[in-house]
Amino acid sequence: MVSAPQTSLQFRSEITRDGRLEFKVIGRLDSTSTGKVWRQAMEAIGRAKASQLIIDASGIEYCDGSGIAWLVHLRRHQAARDGQLEIRGLHAEFQELFNDAVTGDSLSPTAPVEERRSFTEQIGKAVCEIFHDLGAVISFVGELFVAMVYAARQPRRVRWRDTLKIAEALGVDALPIVLLIGFLMGLIMAFQAAVPLGQFGAQIFVANLIGLAVLRELGPLMTAIVLAGRSGSAFAAELGTMKVREEIDALKTMGLEPVRFLVVPRVIAALVMTPLLTVFADLVGLMGGSVVLLSLGFPLITFFHQLQSAVSYGSPVGGLVKSFFFGIIVAAVGCMRGLQTKSGASAVGESTTSAVVSSIILIVVTDGIFSVIYYYLWV
Amino acid sequence: MAGESIIHVEDFTAAYDGTVILSQVNFDVYPGEVFVILGGSGCGKSTLLKHMIGLYKPARGKILIDGADVVAADRQERMDILRKFGVMYQSGALFGSMTLLDNVRLPLEEFTDLPPEAIRLIALMKLKQVGLAGFDNHLPSALSGGMQKRAAIARAMALDPRVLFLDEPSAGLDPITSAELDELIVSLARNLKMTFVIVSHELASIFAIADRVIMLDKKVKGIVATGKPRELREHSDNPWVRQFFLRQASLDG
Repeated sequence: MVSAPQTSLQFRSEITRDGRLEFKVIGRLDSTSTGKVWRQAMEAIGRAKASQLIIDASGIEYCDGSGIAWLVHLRRHQAARDGQLEIRGLHAEFQELFNDAVTGDSLSPTAPVEERRSFTEQIGKAVCEIFHDLGAVISFVGELFVAMVYAARQPRRVRWRDTLKIAEALGVDALPIVLLIGFLMGLIMAFQAAVPLGQFGAQIFVANLIGLAVLRELGPLMTAIVLAGRSGSAFAAELGTMKVREEIDALKTMGLEPVRFLVVPRVIAALVMTPLLTVFADLVGLMGGSVVLLSLGFPLITFFHQLQSAVSYGSPVGGLVKSFFFGIIVAAVGCMRGLQTKSGASAVGESTTSAVVSSIILIVVTDGIFSVIYYYLWV
Repeated sequence: MAGESIIHVEDFTAAYDGTVILSQVNFDVYPGEVFVILGGSGCGKSTLLKHMIGLYKPARGKILIDGADVVAADRQERMDILRKFGVMYQSGALFGSMTLLDNVRLPLEEFTDLPPEAIRLIALMKLKQVGLAGFDNHLPSALSGGMQKRAAIARAMALDPRVLFLDEPSAGLDPITSAELDELIVSLARNLKMTFVIVSHELASIFAIADRVIMLDKKVKGIVATGKPRELREHSDNPWVRQFFLRQASLDG
């Protein structure tokens, strides 16, 4: 038998002549040694089938919570089988711990508190919550609108220094990733399209495809999604942390509206920077497409002629108009989720997640609405 | 106590989601006194404070600060009321992205038309009053807990309000820092004749600073005792109150 080297614990079990099971424990009964003894003891009890169990505990020189738990377990085990347990010679201090454990409140786990609700009640509650959320969204949009109008009428009251800082973080710092994603999207799309179009000898129409897809859809959409992941989440986390740290309350009691003070600079920054980033995404997207066409042997001038014939001014302008709205959505949703944060650190995480998820959904839905509007405007 | 009260709370009832936390609370705070709201955890001290400063609407009742009704105020009236008091939150709630000077300067910039150099001078004076001269260019994260709370007091008194509300000023501070903060509160109350409303459960600090206390209790959902802390300890007819002051565990468990 291999015993744990770091703990000196000896455990012996034997059956006495009058049919009783006797355990003898010598040494330290602590959390590292008890596990083994526990299993050995239970095996011995299972084998012996003796109703009387005696533990000679006089050799226990140290006994912690796990040792006491073992003794309590043996006691309960014996009681459940109508057997008897006798513990002999347990030191007074350990005896006291043991007595504390077996007297007083029961040691069986309490059943989890379940709020039982009927199905109808659950549906009612869910509907109430949806309406409550909707109400919060409407009041936030109203507040934001009022604050934006106020900012337009009194531009000197806007916190321009904060706005510039946020614009830098949201716009300038996001430029590399927007450029990279825009370029690769253009490149990949052109590359994928060149093969099937080549089968019909129509490779030059890659320019049409890239022009329409990047300027109308992919440029604004990818930029907005990158911003939702980068800045929408950051806004939610920042404002959420401020909420948790009572800073939002402090603003309110100083008479500073959180919407005017925190949300307006972020919305203005997003409003300006999102279209700018979209312009960059559009340009590098087209560059990505042109690289593919160049590699297929078309000179650049051909690409541009084809692009000019395929794309009217409506496409880039329509894309930019969309990106204004995407910018507002990213900033407003991020801030709203941040301000709605409940208490606790996990609440900030929840706000961040829901900010990104809701703004991406809203961006895609808005994009769909714009597609319909543009369809009727231009056919 | 003689004279007009500066804060008047009448028939105040607070409830969250239909659960009543406090009911039928009535008290007055008089100008220049250090008034402590006291009680065990979860008895509604902070709830009462947050209602008094207008963050929550009470289920019923009236709260007047310097004669103005906090509950019924419209937007413009509310702005006027907000200028009558400053608040120090439990965590300090300094704006983490701003230096101490900017934190203290913020309310002055928003609410006054003082020239920038005047605002800067006032902000520096406030920081000096709380013993933080020379720390004006520090970010809150670079300061210890006690210094952050003092900076928060400086910000709360930027507009020289008549009343300062402090939520658990000694929470999270060691006894010495906590005692220093108590000294600051007492000296501000004496020298600037400011009224303090403080939520606390720190006995040592209560005896050091409080002119008068009200004691809230979870079971009663209201005030169980009002008076000077020493008198309550010695002579309260409520044994539970005496026990609280003598720091004994409750007899009924």
